[in-house]
Order: sequence, then C-alpha cells, then structure tokens
Amino acid sequence: MFRIYNKIRRTGKVTEPFRIDDDQVAELGTACQKEIARYFSGSLAIRMVDAGSCNGCELEMHAVNNSFYDIERFGIHFVASPRHADLLLVTGVVSRHMQEALKRTYAATPSPKLVVAMGDCAGHGGEFGESYASCGPVSNVIPVDAIIPGCPPTPIQLMQGILQLLQKK
Amino acid sequence: MTPVVRGQVVEFKDHLAAMGIVAEELSPLAGITAQLKLQTADWGKAARVAAQQRFRWSAIWGDHQSPDIEIKALFFGTDGHLLLQTNVPEKSAELASHTPFYVAASRPERYLHDMFGVTFTDNHDSRRWGRHQAWAETDFPLLESFPVGGFPAKETPPDSGYPFEPVAGAGVYEIPVGPVHAGIIEPGHFRFQALGENILRLEERLGYVHKGIEKIAVGRDLAGLIRLAGRVSGDSTVAHSWAACQAVERALQISPPPRASALRAILAERERIANHLGDIGAICNDVGFAFAQYQMSRLRELWQRQNQQLTGHRLLMDSLCPGGVTVDLDQSSMIAMREEIVQLRTEIEELLPLLLEYPSLQDRLSDYAILSPETAEQLGAVGYVGRASQLADDLRRDAPYPPYHELKIKVPVFSTGDLTKRLRVRGEEILISLDLLVKLLRAIPSGPLVTSFSLPNHEIEGIGLVEGWRGETLAYLRLDEQGRVVRYFPRDPSWLTWQALELMLDGVIVPDFPVCNKSVNGSYAGHDL
Repeated sequence: MFRIYNKIRRTGKVTEPFRIDDDQVAELGTACQKEIARYFSGSLAIRMVDAGSCNGCELEMHAVNNSFYDIERFGIHFVASPRHADLLLVTGVVSRHMQEALKRTYAATPSPKLVVAMGDCAGHGGEFGESYASCGPVSNVIPVDAIIPGCPPTPIQLMQGILQLLQKK
Repeated sequence: MTPVVRGQVVEFKDHLAAMGIVAEELSPLAGITAQLKLQTADWGKAARVAAQQRFRWSAIWGDHQSPDIEIKALFFGTDGHLLLQTNVPEKSAELASHTPFYVAASRPERYLHDMFGVTFTDNHDSRRWGRHQAWAETDFPLLESFPVGGFPAKETPPDSGYPFEPVAGAGVYEIPVGPVHAGIIEPGHFRFQALGENILRLEERLGYVHKGIEKIAVGRDLAGLIRLAGRVSGDSTVAHSWAACQAVERALQISPPPRASALRAILAERERIANHLGDIGAICNDVGFAFAQYQMSRLRELWQRQNQQLTGHRLLMDSLCPGGVTVDLDQSSMIAMREEIVQLRTEIEELLPLLLEYPSLQDRLSDYAILSPETAEQLGAVGYVGRASQLADDLRRDAPYPPYHELKIKVPVFSTGDLTKRLRVRGEEILISLDLLVKLLRAIPSGPLVTSFSLPNHEIEGIGLVEGWRGETLAYLRLDEQGRVVRYFPRDPSWLTWQALELMLDGVIVPDFPVCNKSVNGSYAGHDL
C-alpha cells in the first residue's frame, strides 16, 4: 500500500494545459468548459459508437482520458448508454451490419443531441468508402453536426473538434 | 502437461503416403517449408494426419479463379509452415471440413462459406458467420462476378434471427450484450446464458464491422494495398503492413535493405510495447484497480508521443512500404529512444512486481478465467493467450525473418493459463522487447531504406508471416501482371484467440466478463474484415 502511495507521490501531476500549436498556447479545455457551462449546465456526456472503424480512433479516444489530457476536468465524460448522452461520437465508416444499431443508438439519445464524426472514415469514408459492406461516411446514415479529420485524430485534434462544434452552436 | 512436441512439416508427405494419400509436392512459396496439392477428396483426411502430427492449425482461405475456387490451408509444425491446397469447382463447391480434428477451423470455414459459397460437409456448425443481412444467402462477395458495390437494400436490417445455441433449465436466463457496448470499445455481440451470477455459457457473434476489406483490396496498386493493410486493425498497423509488405517482397523475390528490416523490427517492438502497456492498465482497471490504469496509460501516452516524434504518427501508421520503410532514425532520435528505453524499464521494473504482489488485485486475477493448456492446444491459441497456457509459438524465434534471425528471442511461457498469467506475459514481453530495442539500436545497419523493384509481366503470389503483438499475423497476396491486387487475405491472430474467450469462463460470474475479455483483447476489426 505504501509503495502505491509513494509511486503516486513521485509520479506527481502530469496533467497539462492544452497547447494548440507551438506559438499559440491556449487553454483549449477551459474554452470548452465555458461552452459546456453555457449549453449543457457544465457537463457534456458523450456516448461513443464504433460503426466500423479499425480501432485506431478508439485508442485515441482512450488517450483523452489519460492523465495528460484528463478530459473529465472540463466536464466532458464518456457514458455507458446513449440514454445518458448529449453527444454521439461516431468512428469508422458505417458498416452495413452496424447501420441499424447506429440508427437505434441515435434514436435512443435524447434531443437536443449532437453527432460528431471522428476521423477520416466517419467523416468522408476514408480508406474503406462505400461498398456492398459499407454505407460510407456517418452522414449517409444519421445527421452529422461536425467532422473531426485525421487518421486517427490526435487527442488534441479531438478536443479541438469538440470545442469548435460547441462554439458554432 | 508436457509442452507440445509437433511433427516435422518436411515429413508430412510421407505420413500422407502411409495413409494412402497421394499429394503433389509444389515448389513452396517463399517463407513456407512445404506446399502440397491435394485431391479434393483427401482434404479432410489430410487434416487428420496433420492433427496426428500435432501441427497447429493456422488459417484457411479461398481464391476464386473461375471455374474453380482454390482453397489453401496453413499449418505450423516444428520446422515451419505447411501449406495445403486443393481446388473445388465453383458450381458445386463442396469440401470436407477440418473441424473434426481442429476446433479452430470452424469459424474460418463458416466465413469462407459466406464469402465464396464453399460448403464444408462435416462442419457440425453450418450457421452463417461473416454474413449478417448485408447480402443475400445466395450471394458470395468474394466471387469474381460479385460487384464491389453489391446489391444493398437502402436499410440493412439487423441480424436478429441469428440462431444462438439455446440452453434450457430451471432458472437459466439469457443476457444479450451488444453490438454497442458500454465502454470505449469495438462492436460485437455476446450472448450469455447464466444461472444467477454464474456464466453457464457464452456465445460470441462477430462480423459487425465487416467492411469488405478483401473485396475493396482488389484492383489496388501496391501503395493502396499497404495503406489498407495498415488499417485492418488500427492497433496492429505495423504487424499487418509488415505481413503485407513481406508478401509483396517474397512474391517479387526481393528483400528490404538491412537498415529497413531493423527499422521495421523497431516499429514492431514499439507497437508491442504500446499495446501491452494499454492492456495491463485496462485489465487492472476492469477489476477496479485504477492506480495501474493511470500509471500504464501515462507510460503509453509518453511512448505514443515518442512515436509521433520518431515517425510523425502516434500509432506508427504508414511507416512501411513495399521494399522498405518510409521513416528513418537520425542520431538524435536514437539518443532520445535510448533514454526512453531506460526510463520505461525503470518504471516497469518498479510497477510489475507491485501489481503481481498486490493482494487485493491478485485475489481477483489469480486462478481465475483459466484456459487450460489442453484447450489452448486444441484451439491453436497464439500470442500472449497461448503463452499463458503453455503454447510458446513465436515466429520471431520459430520461423524467423530478418532481422530476428540474427537475434535471440526469449519467449515467456506459463502453464496455468489464468488471468494473472495473461497479464504477466505482457509485462515480461515489454521487458524483452525493450532488450530487443537496445540490441537493434546498437547494431542498426547503415544504407538505403528501400529496395527498388520492377514488376514482372506475369502474375505472382506471396505470403507474409510476422509475429504481431497479438501473435502470428498472415497476409496472402496474388498480384496480376500490372502489379494490381487480385487477392489479399489478411488473417489477424484474433481468429485464433476469440474462441479461447468462450472457453475460459468456467466458474466466472457475469460482472467479471469484461476483465476476461480484456485479457484476451481480440481485435473485432481484424477479425471481421
């Protein structure tokens, strides 16, 4: 037990302010937080749906929860059910085998709701496009409010994408 | 149980002859020890002989060359890989199944049926596997005549009529889970039959993220193929692109320059370490031990940032190309990586014992969710799942390819097959991979990054086999005279571990399923294609 406390003490705090790029350091998260306070009473609940991704986007979605980005400090958190969600974060092209599941997840999300297509596949079809097995980009299946480009988007790009959407509202 | 002693692939033809089976010996594809062509009628019998030799069953795939469908199946013996092949006519495509001798063959054969229409006569399970409702039962997407766009309905209905195996009895109930899960994870369906909290039986239903990778590969040039290969499973981008590049290079009879091989291994070991870090944290997190999750995700993030510095991509995508690599390491990168290796080793050497000795964590992980060595062998489990259950196969050591043929590869093996061992294999592999990185960096050859090549004016085929972080990763490739893809088949190691998850749940309660799932961490994308 003491070894654990000791390790935690020595690890210290690694959480960082967000750097948008080298010369423009901005408190991206704080800006997000302001918008979230305005529209979502301080808490933005995200339900993720992998509609046919390669799992790359999911890895970076996990990363925004690590101690460096710690997205929860801005009131953004991932929830277990679309019933609890304000925003659907969808990855991948929509495989035809996931078409109905995505539509039902969308229907299960209470209005008003936002949909973000994360990554090049979800946004524009990416490497997989449209085929016998794929409906193509998310907007072919449900309405999309914003696209976050990247293959996969980095954690910072994911944060930026969400902020831009909130500022547009 | 004593470790598996397998027979020799080179002697297989004699063993067949002793059973009265005549096989035509083909000049084997590069990287394969022996390749035999069988009469269609002997296909099932050959699997019986292979099972007697205790070969590991590895893969099966089809290739439509009208009017026939060529079927190839891969096995692994002590002296490398054995490739069997036969032809069935497209009109009445029927073949004996390998499942009476190899459980692992069942789902791949069902998938092959869904994609090509080949019926495996004595596979006890004739249900669809890869197909849900996106194409008709009478359509087969990998036949040449099937258009890449298919004939989709505007709305693809859910596959709600899939016949799960029923379990009956007083108090037995079913829990359907998925395809959309509760966490940040890929989609799939798990059907639990439970009695109280105890799982009686789990049946997996996958295929939700089937994107038609094999079909959309057709007609691509080599650059397009490797981009696609790098996205078969995003966490295994190096493994799948390496397998595909190796298949191209072996087909063209070229080798990447020594520096490129060393760089590929550096990338592959970095991928292994990043994924193991993530998994160790996630396994602990699934039993509520958040400390490990925060520590491991911190280390993973630092590692990914270094990936970005070294290759311009946090997951190392698009770092390989046919003939070599697209990235290089300069002096300062090598210094940075050496420092990073020392730091990570210090952290892991401190954290691993802490996790393995922490009583409340071990109370949840030890002697639980056991995959017995016997079951693991029947399934031909690979990677960390196999190694925790005494199956020590590692292609870097057992069927080595450059640069691993010049390195001594240690493979951690345990025999109890419980959750702790699957975690421990990962921990030890991190340390072993760090050693390998030190050795690779110390002896990195100078020279070019790419071997240039020209395409021959005839059709070629090749096979790539590399040890990804999940285990044996395969790519089969056939190219036309212009170098365009005619057939690409990537086989993710997850095909050989997903079934293990179903068979380790004896005495496991429903709320502990997530940690069992994480300990296997099969790829949905890599499996569904």
